[in-house]
Amino acid sequence: MTDNQFRTPHSTFRTTFTLNGTPITLAVDPAERLLDTLRYRLGLTGTKEGCGEGECGACTVYLNGLPVVSCLVPIYQVRGARVETVESLDPATLEPLRRSGATQCGACTPGVVMTARWIDAHRELLHSHTVRELMAGNLCRCTGYDGIIDGIAAGLEGRP
Amino acid sequence: MQRLEGLAKLTGRERYVDDLPLEEGEFLWGATVRSPAPRGRITAVRFAPDVDWSQFTIVDHRDIPGPNFVALIERDQPVLAADCVRHVQEPVLLLAHPDRMSLRRAVAAVTIEVALEPPIFDFRAVPKLEQIQYGSDNVLKHLSITKGDVERALAAAPIVVEGTYETGAQEHVYLEPQGMLASVEGDVVVLRGSMQCPYYVLKALLAPLDRDEARLRVIQTPTGGGFGGKEEYPSTIALHAALLALKSGQPVKIIYDRGEDMAATTKRHPSLVRHRTGVTADGRLLAQDIAVVMDGGAYVTLSPVVLSRGIIHAAGPYACDHVRIDGRAMFTNAVPFGAFRGFGAPQTHFANERHMDRIAARLNLDPAELRRRNLLRDGQTTATGQVINDGTDRVAVLERALTLADYHAKRAAHPRFNRSESTRRRGIGLATFHHGAGFTGGGEVALASRLHVAGLPDGRVEVRSANIEMGQGTLTVFTLLASERLGLEPGDVVIAAADTARVPNSGPTVASRTSMVVGHMVEIACDALRIRLGLDATARGEAVRTAIRRWHRAHPNATLLAEGAYQRPPGIAWDDATYSGDAYGTYAWGAYVAEVEVDLRTYDTRVLDFVAVQEIGKVLHETLARGQVQGGVAQALGWALLEECRWQDGAMANAQLTNYIIPTSDDLPPIRVAFLENPYPFGAQGAKGLGELPMDGPAPAVLNAIAAATGADPCIIPLTQERLMEIVERGMRNAEFHGEAQ
Repeated sequence: MTDNQFRTPHSTFRTTFTLNGTPITLAVDPAERLLDTLRYRLGLTGTKEGCGEGECGACTVYLNGLPVVSCLVPIYQVRGARVETVESLDPATLEPLRRSGATQCGACTPGVVMTARWIDAHRELLHSHTVRELMAGNLCRCTGYDGIIDGIAAGLEGRP
Repeated sequence: MQRLEGLAKLTGRERYVDDLPLEEGEFLWGATVRSPAPRGRITAVRFAPDVDWSQFTIVDHRDIPGPNFVALIERDQPVLAADCVRHVQEPVLLLAHPDRMSLRRAVAAVTIEVALEPPIFDFRAVPKLEQIQYGSDNVLKHLSITKGDVERALAAAPIVVEGTYETGAQEHVYLEPQGMLASVEGDVVVLRGSMQCPYYVLKALLAPLDRDEARLRVIQTPTGGGFGGKEEYPSTIALHAALLALKSGQPVKIIYDRGEDMAATTKRHPSLVRHRTGVTADGRLLAQDIAVVMDGGAYVTLSPVVLSRGIIHAAGPYACDHVRIDGRAMFTNAVPFGAFRGFGAPQTHFANERHMDRIAARLNLDPAELRRRNLLRDGQTTATGQVINDGTDRVAVLERALTLADYHAKRAAHPRFNRSESTRRRGIGLATFHHGAGFTGGGEVALASRLHVAGLPDGRVEVRSANIEMGQGTLTVFTLLASERLGLEPGDVVIAAADTARVPNSGPTVASRTSMVVGHMVEIACDALRIRLGLDATARGEAVRTAIRRWHRAHPNATLLAEGAYQRPPGIAWDDATYSGDAYGTYAWGAYVAEVEVDLRTYDTRVLDFVAVQEIGKVLHETLARGQVQGGVAQALGWALLEECRWQDGAMANAQLTNYIIPTSDDLPPIRVAFLENPYPFGAQGAKGLGELPMDGPAPAVLNAIAAATGADPCIIPLTQERLMEIVERGMRNAEFHGEAQ
């Protein structure tokens, strides 16, 4: 593939970052996608690959507290940073999404959940944006989004 | 009861095929080298000299132990192309390597050389002699339905309305791409992967691998969406992974990336449907003459049965004494089209429901009134002569939708809004439709599905079926059905993994059959378990648990199994020779209403409101059922407005989510869902099939709304902004688009 022909394979560098609250040091190819580091090197398979080009949002993680698509983040960019994945979330906070039918096949779900929890933690966004606008970076092919939007709304209103 | 695996999915703990714990070095990644040409003879396969090929496992057609075909309706599709190719992206060679990056570079370092022959890409055109590659005319399948005397009825009709309608291909975009893991465990080749039909995969492995069922095992892994895209295609990937595993002696994992998945796997069949309809001045249907053509692509795959379902639904849920439907699926050198939610019916419903609005416009009649006058009443017959006598009031389904959508008030108010606005236009449109659940005709009988309910030593029961969870809720629904049938807690019910070594063949997870048909078999097996235990039919709860435990104490180390087999509902008759009779055991009925606003500057269509009313027998689980409808509506609105496959040499050129646009949350309104219930005696708790129904109505409803809003007469989907602009500004209809389909 053209994207790999122009770099030496298997060159490595040492990087340290914080993953779900724990400092971690790795020797990896600096161009490796954060998504692959998480999934194939560290076994954190909660983060999914849906498209590999930053369109679907299934691989959403927090990088220094901001949601990013980990398929577009080379691990080099993560040095010294704080990374949080779906594995870091408290399952109790997901109950409204569970009740509203926010998940069907589940492949988009970890990314949806990461964005949903981020909206919940940054409610000031709702002064200028609708939940539908804020969720538009996470593609879902099963729910038609109503189950997701309803679950986020229930969570914001403190309903179970 | 909450979705059974819901929390595992929300927390990311659910393990899909690409999540299975495998240590680096313990397995190989597999990849596919594909044809660059749409048709021709393979003259050479060249390996670039700068790659150390000794590191790779390389498989071609000569490594297939048995015959080289993927078993489906016909045996025309090879596992790996041998001498010739019929479409771009056709698999030719397989590679495996421990490092995924090295593998990707190696795929690009193989060159397949093909001596080109004349391909055909336009399924609507008459093939030239040198383009004929199937039979004498490239027709993969020809089917027809005849009721009454259409020619005479048309000749006598006071008004005849004609129309031509086109639909484009659609990509499934299940969020989890296709993937399969093959390993050789002892003497058994084991496949784990994302799939709808474990026994389809098993059957496809038999001949090419030259193995019997005892030395093959197929295990479904949690499946991240299917929509039909994981009905037949996983068989091909399973064969590829198995061949690489057998040759390398190591487990091999093939995971398609999104680009490969979109370019190389099946899509919804494009269609062209012509209608000629005779009506009275007051809007009664006198004759329906319908010709359906579908693009089948380069192999037969499931096209004959997609065509079958398409033509059976083509005349809609209306009473008409004279109907003729002619259907053809055409060979082209396109990547083969395949199963996709709705299976031909969305295409023909689109045409028929747009055509109903054209008839209404011609008669100056409210489109709702035209439908009210023609919807099937009990005792009347469908196009295949099936007497509908289910007690459902189909007009009431329509009325409910009209009321919920505030149809009449909005329809009256829109003209004033449109006159007062310079660039915004609002309109409201509807569609009434039906969907037959389960396999067509004698299909369910031929499947001979069966499943087991086992009593476990601790008193719980286990449902053992081959029907899988892909998001639609099978695990939850089967748990609910078994627990309610036996009076157990949901926690007392275990659903076995869909593993061909452990579960009988209860048929594929397709055709809206799982809850209705297979769910009913769960109930039958629960009843059989009671009989097996010597309990009477009223025994529930603790009595059942106690009896199971007692049986196990009396029969140590034995297995307590009860079987549920498919039982054909009485009074069903289908004649495959004349294509007449009871095409389906039952139908679900729908009426959908869409309200849109079109921006005449950008030609963006905003769906303001969507109401989906359907009669589905019985709602088994409110949240799951609503989710099926909302998701189906969203997928169908994408097909109608956004999702355009661009073609190059018969393959998808825009095989990326960057430029194949599916709806986001911000593209859709809340989808308002209402159910009506009229229990079907032969479905689980009275349920009828639901999964596909919501794919049928939205496209015509939203196009009818756009027609009402703009005064244009669009008859093609996807109705992208560009197409709508052409139609509104230049008065174009369909014909002008004919050149661009491929």
